[in-house]
Amino acid sequence: MTILVIAEHDNAALNAATLNVVTAAKEIGGDIEVLVAGEACGAVAEAAAKIDGVSKVVVADNAAYKYQIAEAMGDLVAELGAGYSHILAAATTTGKDFMPRTAALLDVNMISDIVAVESADTFVRPIYAGNAIATVQSSDSIKVITVRGTGFDATAAEGGSAAVEANATEKASATSAFVSEELAASDRPDLTAADIVISGGRGMGNGENFDILYKVADKIGAAVGASRAAVDAGFVPNDMQVGQTGKIVAPGLYIAVGISGAIQHLAGMKESKVIVAINKDEEAPIFQVADYGLVADLFDAVPELEKLV
Amino acid sequence: MKVLVAVKRVIDYNVKVRVKPDNSDVDLNNVKMAMNPFCEIAVEEAVRLKEKGVATEIVVVSIGPKVAQEQIRTSLALGADRGILIETEEKLESLTVAKLLKAVVEKEEPQLVVLGKQSIDSDNNQTGQMLGALTGMAQGTFASEVVVEGDKVNVTREVDAGLRTVGLNLPAIVTTDLRLNEPRYASLPNIMKAKRKPLETVSPADLGVEIKSTQTVVKVTPPAERSAGIKVADVAELVAKLKDEAKVL
Repeated sequence: MTILVIAEHDNAALNAATLNVVTAAKEIGGDIEVLVAGEACGAVAEAAAKIDGVSKVVVADNAAYKYQIAEAMGDLVAELGAGYSHILAAATTTGKDFMPRTAALLDVNMISDIVAVESADTFVRPIYAGNAIATVQSSDSIKVITVRGTGFDATAAEGGSAAVEANATEKASATSAFVSEELAASDRPDLTAADIVISGGRGMGNGENFDILYKVADKIGAAVGASRAAVDAGFVPNDMQVGQTGKIVAPGLYIAVGISGAIQHLAGMKESKVIVAINKDEEAPIFQVADYGLVADLFDAVPELEKLV
Repeated sequence: MKVLVAVKRVIDYNVKVRVKPDNSDVDLNNVKMAMNPFCEIAVEEAVRLKEKGVATEIVVVSIGPKVAQEQIRTSLALGADRGILIETEEKLESLTVAKLLKAVVEKEEPQLVVLGKQSIDSDNNQTGQMLGALTGMAQGTFASEVVVEGDKVNVTREVDAGLRTVGLNLPAIVTTDLRLNEPRYASLPNIMKAKRKPLETVSPADLGVEIKSTQTVVKVTPPAERSAGIKVADVAELVAKLKDEAKVL
């Protein structure tokens, strides 16, 4: 069995989510090869070659893959992946975009968002927004899988010395093209990779009040998130949303501030190791999942927290 | 231009999901069913395109048991022009759904196909993309804005790092994210009118698609419950606990 892991990256650096995918590949068992598709992505290939447990890195360095457009990636991975037993990618918006195309081109079904590996053909994945957990067995000849990072520890980024091989396959998209992007600029850690996440909800009142969370976050190296209520109210942009329809996080410490704890929010953070809730409403459902609950006005508690940490 | 919208009948999103005692599946007996929320957004987007004069006809398709007619009728009440039910009692996997939709696309030849990004039951997030691969159409997934200009559509997508806009040649596929629009409610007169709109029923065999299954659900279990911890009196106690007890600060 040989498993193909599709690297997640931005042409400059390997995204840490790939390390969790490699762990899932190790649990399946077999040789692990990594495909880096991008443009001028040599540094990513070098980083991929150092991942512990990777035996080979295939680099498709071509302008066609600069933005990892789904049409080009779907075609490329279907062609290069045809000889593998499993094709794995991170369940990010990039992986979710092209992997189903790959599966359909290979005439196989796909298994989305796995959180555990039972065997080489049986996987565990949340359904109904995490309100049920399904164990699914696949009889497809090639298993096309996206991996939810929070279900697997990261493999060591160093220690491997895989061979790097160039691949000249060109699958440019004739039907779609990149137009523009607006990326959230932040010096804070990435939400899905941070050890500590502090999130604000509707109780924050407005966007300016998030400043008190940023101050705490910068002191303890945390990422800042938000509930859907805070995003829908226009306090902060959607890329900060934690929840069923936003990002799924599982940090060592999750601090929910002014968040009531709607089921949609819990679906995105309840795998966190330690959960703290700060809310003035003693009856808020968030306290039912919190390891440490503080019933207090967040505008008093958060500045005090900033002083004490 | 013609717009095809695919809608799915799923458990109502307000209903608390329960797993059957034998762990075979989620219990859907006597549970309120509704249109998948992302599909409601897809219907709304098509209706708005028609109101702007971009779309000329909206065809809505659903795949499922006879009662899935309800979700098609709802779509017709919201502004779709006619419906197609691909009737089957079988539980279908995404690839088969995509193959059925491909057969409808070949027959109807829409310029735009709008689908929800995922259904809130299986949470797969696959069908639109698979349909794209099978038909050779480009896709704009997780859309928060859709702008049709001539023979192209620009789709702004919600991606992990922010927003990304892609330009697609028509015909194309769009899958909807939550912020694309806020769906309207159907008015009573429109609900009455919808009853007279055409709704055709076909079978998978009529469309020449064989239903194949490659995935077996071994078991379905409830998620591990988290139990409530303790309440702390003040911030000082909280910080002390996080440092000394939980050791996460």
